[in-house]
Amino acid sequence: MYTFSKKLKLFSFALMIFGAIGLTYGFLSAPSTVEEAKAMVADAHGAGHGDSHGETTHHEADAHHNEAGHDSSHDEHLLHQLQNKPWAALYVAALFFMMIALGALAFYAIQRAAQAGWSPVLYRVMEGVTGYLFPGTVIVFVLLVLSGLHLNHLFVWMDPEVVAHDELIQGKVGYLNVPFLLIRAVIYIAGWNLYRYLSRKYSLAQDAVKGISFHKKNFRISAGFLVFFIYTESMMSWDWIMSVDPHWFSTLFGWYVFASMFVSGITAIALITIYLKSKGYLEKVNDNHIHDLAKFMFAISVFWTYLWFSQFMLIWYSNIPEEVTYFVTRIEDYNLPFFGMLVMNFIFPLLILMNSDYKRVNWFVVMAGIVILLGHYVDVYNMIMPATVGDQWSFGVSEIGGLLFFTGLFIYVVFNTLTKAPLEASGDPFIGESERFVY
Amino acid sequence: MSNKVLHAVYDDDDTLLHAVKEVRAGHYHIEEVFTPFPVHGLDKAMGLEPTRIAILAFIYGCIGLTVAVLMMNFIMIEDWPQDIGGKPSFSYIENMPAFVPIMFEMTVFFAAHLMVITFYLRSKLWPFKEAENPIPATTDDKFLMEVAVGSDQKKLTALLKKTGAIDITVQEKQE
Repeated sequence: MYTFSKKLKLFSFALMIFGAIGLTYGFLSAPSTVEEAKAMVADAHGAGHGDSHGETTHHEADAHHNEAGHDSSHDEHLLHQLQNKPWAALYVAALFFMMIALGALAFYAIQRAAQAGWSPVLYRVMEGVTGYLFPGTVIVFVLLVLSGLHLNHLFVWMDPEVVAHDELIQGKVGYLNVPFLLIRAVIYIAGWNLYRYLSRKYSLAQDAVKGISFHKKNFRISAGFLVFFIYTESMMSWDWIMSVDPHWFSTLFGWYVFASMFVSGITAIALITIYLKSKGYLEKVNDNHIHDLAKFMFAISVFWTYLWFSQFMLIWYSNIPEEVTYFVTRIEDYNLPFFGMLVMNFIFPLLILMNSDYKRVNWFVVMAGIVILLGHYVDVYNMIMPATVGDQWSFGVSEIGGLLFFTGLFIYVVFNTLTKAPLEASGDPFIGESERFVY
Repeated sequence: MSNKVLHAVYDDDDTLLHAVKEVRAGHYHIEEVFTPFPVHGLDKAMGLEPTRIAILAFIYGCIGLTVAVLMMNFIMIEDWPQDIGGKPSFSYIENMPAFVPIMFEMTVFFAAHLMVITFYLRSKLWPFKEAENPIPATTDDKFLMEVAVGSDQKKLTALLKKTGAIDITVQEKQE
């Protein structure tokens, strides 16, 4: 049995407290009037942050306000962006850590459905990571409800004022409306958590019985879950991520988001496995298992890049205004995070993890893993920020606060889940094969 | 010292793998092992040096990438620039996304083909080459281990028997 060390617990609480302070500061320092917002931007310019504000591409919502004939539409828009900033920082971090748990759950379900022989020694670690799914999804749901109550402007289509002047969004109202969004969210969240609850239950029950009845049950629900997952994950990505840009759409967005969460989930599993191993737990896990996890990290990083590029190239080449504006905003206003993410998520893991021997060197895997996780945080950041804060982005106190808070919460929940059951799924019929596994 | 070798035939890959380890533990020299399919872990058990083809694969891939870049630059930019979809081909870097699929494919193409050719050359394989395996059954369902006899043939035969060989024959090795 794993015991949650005091030091790690303290560390996670410290992260949560610092994160909460950062977020609170972010919320308190957000402007409440147009004058304050203008003053903040003027200050920033005076201090030498040379954003060529005003010349850069405007956010789509600008157009709606202008059509509506609002005089000070630009200033009001600026206010909304600055008010959104702490909310968006919170939302990005909440979404990112929920995606890690969900990606790990999908990975776990694939192992179960494929009746994989190499991975049963890692099942409890995977179950630990997916332990964050429930708190993670509930937090995202609460944030969606708060957006629905108009406490922020993360989703412009939730604003009746905007919809009234926007024919494109009017055409989507049948799908994009707050009650239906929340109903869908409840369905996804309930389905995922139900699978996670049942598979964990069966996994623990399998240890206590002879025969493989629970293993079989787990196999069946895992196969069923994967079908449910790939639909709901796609729709989740439209609902919770793509709809912040309600004019824009991409048909492979669901896959793209899936690749991001999948690689993040696998990386989290690898990092936690290496951590537990370094503390003397998981004695049956050896370099062969780390090697396989690193192979997945490498492969899915390349897969992510493939989808990222497929999405980018088609839109770049066809150059259709309502599509290409998505990338124009990102390249003009988000140049560093947009291309930096490519370096972190593709070039770095490609070069570091390509060599077979390096995949067996734990600190190499840890280093690559940390960069991959940060890179995919930036990926989520690039998905949400351009539509919510536009060119007013920065990586400041509220972003760091959000990241720290959810890192702390994630560590606390995951390691707490790990203490709940023996770290070896001793009843699994493939545990012997997994133990003898040579890559 | 004679050029005599023993041919021990096995009918199971696990038995073979185990036998290879035992024979090597007995300090005998295994000349070669013939198998109908790649046996996982056999190279390590025989103490073969790790392959260096991965390094070559990387180099070949880099060559393919370079060829693709130079080729597309010549074809699309220098030799016959066209205006495709409102994106005139004046600069390689600005049109780069359109060339990425070609760059990728050529990297894979070069790496794959040159690796296969390297493998053939290194294994001395070419068309119409006479087969080296002593019995045709090693292309079907039998595994054959060729061990140098050394000083004590009886002792070695006994050891091979013990490891589960179904047939043992003595052969004079032709050079």
